[in-house]
Amino acid sequence: MRMPRLLTRAVGVRRLVGLAAAPAVVTLAAVTLAVVTLAWATLPNTAWAVQPWERLADPALEARARTITAELRCVVCQNESVDESNADLAHDIRLLVRERLKAGDTDSQARQAVVDRYGDFVLLRPPVEPATYVLWFAPVALLLMGGAGSALYLRRRAAVVPAAAPLDAAERARLDALLRDGDA
Amino acid sequence: MRRLIYLLPALLFLVLAGYFAWALRPGYDPQALPSALLDKEAPAFDLATLQGGGTLSRDGLKGKPVVVNFFASWCVPCRIEHPLLMRLSQQDHVPIYGIAYKDKPEDAAKLLAQMGDPYRRIGLDQNGRTGLDFGVYGVPETYVIDRDGHIRKRFVGPLTPEQVRDELLPLLQKLAAS
Repeated sequence: MRMPRLLTRAVGVRRLVGLAAAPAVVTLAAVTLAVVTLAWATLPNTAWAVQPWERLADPALEARARTITAELRCVVCQNESVDESNADLAHDIRLLVRERLKAGDTDSQARQAVVDRYGDFVLLRPPVEPATYVLWFAPVALLLMGGAGSALYLRRRAAVVPAAAPLDAAERARLDALLRDGDA
Repeated sequence: MRRLIYLLPALLFLVLAGYFAWALRPGYDPQALPSALLDKEAPAFDLATLQGGGTLSRDGLKGKPVVVNFFASWCVPCRIEHPLLMRLSQQDHVPIYGIAYKDKPEDAAKLLAQMGDPYRRIGLDQNGRTGLDFGVYGVPETYVIDRDGHIRKRFVGPLTPEQVRDELLPLLQKLAAS
């Protein structure tokens, strides 16, 4: 009897690896992989950078700290948030924010403590102030300008194209004749 | 008049090209940050010294303009900068104080034994807290602090001879004269 091709190959590999108890090992590996994958996929978006010993005992405070640091830029790796970054400095800033919250700071006070040291640059969401008006309002302004331009263009084009005049009797007769010809 | 509209793309291109050229100008580092503490009072610090005995503190440094250099033995750019600091400390009578950032005292001592010690005194910032308060985001960083304890300048990264000649020394002179 001929074995299906895949099976022969699998048997060959098993022989090659020299695993007598291969099925058990393979099953174990598969189950482990499945569990790890499942855990990875179902855990809430955990930032792996935050170390267990950094966390505050009070879950409410910890949640506030997470929210604050998620909106702070890590100044070493400038496109990551402090919450996500593994940089040493991000670790220090996480601890600073948590320390301040524990000392009774409000969210904005804790955030300000970091801004005082590193400037507005650490805010991933820059403040609205005269220096950032262009940043905040240019997209809206450009959209309005583009919209106005488009509207103007479309209205002018609509005005230019004349409505087609209805066919008169002679034209109608000629069109009918042409259509009849086409059928023949 | 209608013809002018065809110039618009060219104009837009020029504006963009101009902006890019400006952003790529030589000597401009988009990653360098101005200190948030510029012209503000330096954060208070009071650090044990490497030499032992006494402390290095902000208030202790008041009274004359000083240069404060954050360094570490584990920091490669610091070694690049080191000979320049040595020359500065010998030639220009510039008071340079060191803060060893997140460094073991014995490692810092070993570095200075190898390469020379340009610092008048060295504070140990082992947990990096003073660095954090200053807004240090990588060593080396060099600060100029005036006699009232206000930060007047920050240099990020290793100092270059040009920076020393064109910025650091003139600023120190100005601060000493005023």
